[in-house]
Amino acid sequence: MKRVFSVFSFLVIASMMLAACAPAAPAGAGTIKVAILAPLSGPVPTFGVSTRDGALMAIEEWNAKGGVLGQQIEAIVADSQCTADPAVNAANKVIDQDKVHYIIGEVCSSASIPVSEIAEQKGVVQISPTSTNPTVTLNPDGSTKKYIFRACFIDPFQGLVMAKFALGQGKKTAFIMFDKGNDYVLGLAEAFEAAFTAGGGSIVGKEAYTGQDTDFSSILTKVADSKADVLFIPDYYNIINLVATQAKERGVTSTLMGGDGWDSSDLDLAAAEGGFFSNHYSAEDTRTIVQDFVSRYEAKYGSKPDALATLGYDAANLLLAAIEKAGKDDPALVKDALASLSYDAVSGTITFDAQHNPIKSAAIMQVKDGKVTFAESIAP
Amino acid sequence: MKNIFSKSTLWFLGSAFLIYAVLQILVSAEILNSFWNTIIRIGGVMAIVSIGLNLIYGFNGQFSLGQWGFYAIGAYAAADVTYRWQINKSADGMVVLALATLLSGFAILWLRKRLSTVRGLDPLSAFTIYLAVTIILSALAWWLGTLISPTVTNGLNLLPAAVAMQIVFVSGVVFGAVVAAEISFLFGLPILSLGSDYFGIATLGFSIIIKILLDNSDTLLGFQEMKGARGMVGIPKETSLFWVFIFLVLVVVITRNLLRSSYGRAVISVREDEIAAKAMGIDIAEYKILAFVLGSFFAGLAGGLYAHINGFLHPNTFNFIKSFDPMIIIVFGGLGSISGTVFAAFAWALILEGVLRLFLPQGFETWRFVVYPILLLITMLLRPKGIFGDYEIPFLRQVLPKIRKTSETKGTDSPLEAHP
Amino acid sequence: MNTSPIVLLIQKIIKKGWLGKTFLALITLLAIWQIIVALQANPSLFLQQVINGLQLGFVYALIALGYTMVYGIVRLINFAHGDVFMFGAFVSFYSITRFQLHTWPQWLFPSIPHGLGLIIGAITVMAISMIACALLAIVVERIAYKPLRSAPRISALITAIGISFFLEYFAALNFVFSPNFITYKRPVEVVTWAIGLNGITTLGNGKAPPDGTILFSNIALIIILTSVLLMFGLQFIVKKTRIGKAMRSVAYDKQTARLMGINTDAIISTTFAIGAALAGAAGMLYAIAFPQIFFWMGIIPGLKSFVAAVLGGIGSIPGAFIGALIMGQAEVLSAAYISTPLRDAIAFSILIVVLLVRPTGIFGEPEREKA
Repeated sequence: MKRVFSVFSFLVIASMMLAACAPAAPAGAGTIKVAILAPLSGPVPTFGVSTRDGALMAIEEWNAKGGVLGQQIEAIVADSQCTADPAVNAANKVIDQDKVHYIIGEVCSSASIPVSEIAEQKGVVQISPTSTNPTVTLNPDGSTKKYIFRACFIDPFQGLVMAKFALGQGKKTAFIMFDKGNDYVLGLAEAFEAAFTAGGGSIVGKEAYTGQDTDFSSILTKVADSKADVLFIPDYYNIINLVATQAKERGVTSTLMGGDGWDSSDLDLAAAEGGFFSNHYSAEDTRTIVQDFVSRYEAKYGSKPDALATLGYDAANLLLAAIEKAGKDDPALVKDALASLSYDAVSGTITFDAQHNPIKSAAIMQVKDGKVTFAESIAP
Repeated sequence: MKNIFSKSTLWFLGSAFLIYAVLQILVSAEILNSFWNTIIRIGGVMAIVSIGLNLIYGFNGQFSLGQWGFYAIGAYAAADVTYRWQINKSADGMVVLALATLLSGFAILWLRKRLSTVRGLDPLSAFTIYLAVTIILSALAWWLGTLISPTVTNGLNLLPAAVAMQIVFVSGVVFGAVVAAEISFLFGLPILSLGSDYFGIATLGFSIIIKILLDNSDTLLGFQEMKGARGMVGIPKETSLFWVFIFLVLVVVITRNLLRSSYGRAVISVREDEIAAKAMGIDIAEYKILAFVLGSFFAGLAGGLYAHINGFLHPNTFNFIKSFDPMIIIVFGGLGSISGTVFAAFAWALILEGVLRLFLPQGFETWRFVVYPILLLITMLLRPKGIFGDYEIPFLRQVLPKIRKTSETKGTDSPLEAHP
Repeated sequence: MNTSPIVLLIQKIIKKGWLGKTFLALITLLAIWQIIVALQANPSLFLQQVINGLQLGFVYALIALGYTMVYGIVRLINFAHGDVFMFGAFVSFYSITRFQLHTWPQWLFPSIPHGLGLIIGAITVMAISMIACALLAIVVERIAYKPLRSAPRISALITAIGISFFLEYFAALNFVFSPNFITYKRPVEVVTWAIGLNGITTLGNGKAPPDGTILFSNIALIIILTSVLLMFGLQFIVKKTRIGKAMRSVAYDKQTARLMGINTDAIISTTFAIGAALAGAAGMLYAIAFPQIFFWMGIIPGLKSFVAAVLGGIGSIPGAFIGALIMGQAEVLSAAYISTPLRDAIAFSILIVVLLVRPTGIFGEPEREKA
């Protein structure tokens, strides 16, 4: 017994020592390290993989152009599981072990918030591609965290856009479905509700579900019964696929509407036929940056980029552009450069407001005849 | 007196202090950076939860999957106390929680004495009585607490801010644990009479219900500051290595002393053979409750410590899939071995979060959870009774009866020992 | 101890145990009241919800059968069952989209009627995924459970959890299956019938049903038929065949069974294989009902079906069935009429309450005490 114990303790201690003494790669001159935190395990690795792929592609493109400030960029990917503890460990690992100064990530707000506190405390610039919760960039007392930025809309804007659009289409009544456990969905649903009622529409029903549900029959039966004009469900495409399929089977005739989470090549277009969603950009957009991005991504990964990949790509580009603008590998300068940056990204020309949220316009897309087409553009 | 300061006691306390001192020096000297520091603290917290579970399952034989629910209760209760102090500058959370737990705690103890004289009282009726009393007293405590909290706040403000914070923090952690313990008492009362696998599923159901309630904590429970599924922010990060070690040593000593007493032997006898224990005049229900409540108390304690490590709580952390972690740890370390549990908790945290993170090459991040179950499987196959089996270090050993070696000869159908 | 008359009275009241029963009864009455109010308010809506619950319940029943079967014979909570279920769904997905296996009758016999060809094709695909799952289960059993026969049962439970993690994350690797959400291509087209007082009409896709009608789809029909068939098949195997007899004897007393010349290892392997085959069938039907598959899909349905099996009395085949139906109704009705965010909480509370009243589930046998 003692032998086993000593062998095990030796192994653990030895590995600790090794790890503590030998940082993963020697901090060789000529590289700038950027960490990508993404949920690569847990329930939604597909979101993490998209984000990572988008960010990695941006970094490769910069490297091909000669890097930033004449130095190559080294990407360090860490798995943060969309959950607080692993995200904190991943953040500590990349900051303390790998000595990075810049973090791209996390995807989920529930992981980005604790990471942002560490980054803020240690003076590391963090730019979250997709975390919509306002608390990511704000301290509990309402002041803005200096080092934390995001590349996505915050919820109120998209909710507002969709509500305006729905009213403009002559829709009077709406039914809202939202995931109680997902603050992205929750935020959008609340913003939509407020804007829709303020604009004279009425909400005829509001039902919560959880992200792990697959059976929506009871809620959809209520939707069918309410005969609402609009079914607003601002969730990711995986939920939309299930809801839309079941809605057709339950005789729901409402127009489905949602947010940028719909944007994915995995969206079941047949089921979502006739639906509208807000997005950062349109794949039909003629700007060269959009066309280049879409074709390069398709060539590299074999599928069309979804919203997460786009935002991951933009986040990485924003960060690297800010480093270049700052002219020095120093997070304190980079954060100021980022705050005053105006960058022409795939998801629109981005500037940051006082709370480090991007200001950019939204596009409204329609699923029509088995294709996603551009319907309308709405400026902030 | 000789017993208290025996060689093994001194050896244990000495080495515990030494380990702490070395780690603290390494942390202060920044040789162990916050990455390792966090992992060690998480390891300590997991050790406390797992010791609680080992008490319930390893020593008392009750297959509980509810440990994670009590962990969540402790975490949120303690976090609410410190949050109110930190952000609202008010001690009302602490005062109300303290009053509510103390009042209902004493009421439960008093009632238990009274009710034990009533013969033939079924657990469900007892549960109803306790529940009613607890609710009434909590309401009373709420009213009383809001009355006296300004006074307490002013009193605490007289102290230096850091000291006051520590007081609020420690009392939050302790009273949060008491809340977990009282809820476990209420819940365990009717449930503990179930056969073990059914007990396991009922407790699993409990931790899932707790997670759902936490998802809705801002709407259904009415605690705005918990923010439901958006995650609670603004909790002060007070859990230092020091507190984790103090509580861990305390928990180990309490468990050890309990198990060495006649109570402890009764607890273990319930695991070994309920019928024989009953025949020896042991009140089985009493000892099941004792182990369950104490185990849940430890879970609550660990929860309170956990809440103040990251300063952020999210219901997803208390997902039922993670509730298997303490179970994995105690089996990994050895059922019925405290030293094994402590060792396994640290090893688990170090391997899963530390070693696997550092040594998997770039591009293989997704493999972490492929490697982890393989390691788990290999360990289980090589050492089916855990790494430590029923081995204990000398301080903890001595009077612990051995777990029966040959479960094959044991005639009962108890799920612990039946074989697949 | 001096006892006043009041105390005596209270003692008398408490003694009968009806305080606790009244408490439970009150909660139950409240729930029933809710349902009656709902029924009166809109009967057709209520009936529709009941049918929704029925469909969900039969889906759970399919998975619960495998759980209850394995538990009944080997007393192991097979946490990997949900992941075998996922494996079954993926196998059927690849057979359908990659290899078009569901169309083989049309290929071989072009003159076969379209409907019959589809049915035969779908059954073939189901058989393939059942066999694949059974093979997987036999491998898993050899690696992870068999070496632990003589170890404490909890060790096997932990390896089951380990296997479950492994199957999930291994399946999520890019070269195995995929970490993505995949839209499942149903082998059959959905047909929805609107059943009303004026007869049955077929509902066009995306059209609103006539007022006062109840919707019922061929998918629901397929699921109900398959699960009833599988239940009777399983019941037949366990109760009427030689191998079933051997299984029951192994469940009752392994040592004695071995002494009687039964190859217990083979019987246990067979049990796992049959359980996994059921999971394979369930995986395919689940994917047909909710047409999206991904590597994590087995966890939640697995958990809920397991709870359903416990509710009905784990180890009992009809029990698993009834438990699953109750679970389906509980979820759908509480989502429809009590509270959607609390629907799982209510379902689990029902489990706990049922266990309080019947500690071994509805159909469970009281725990045996062996000498």
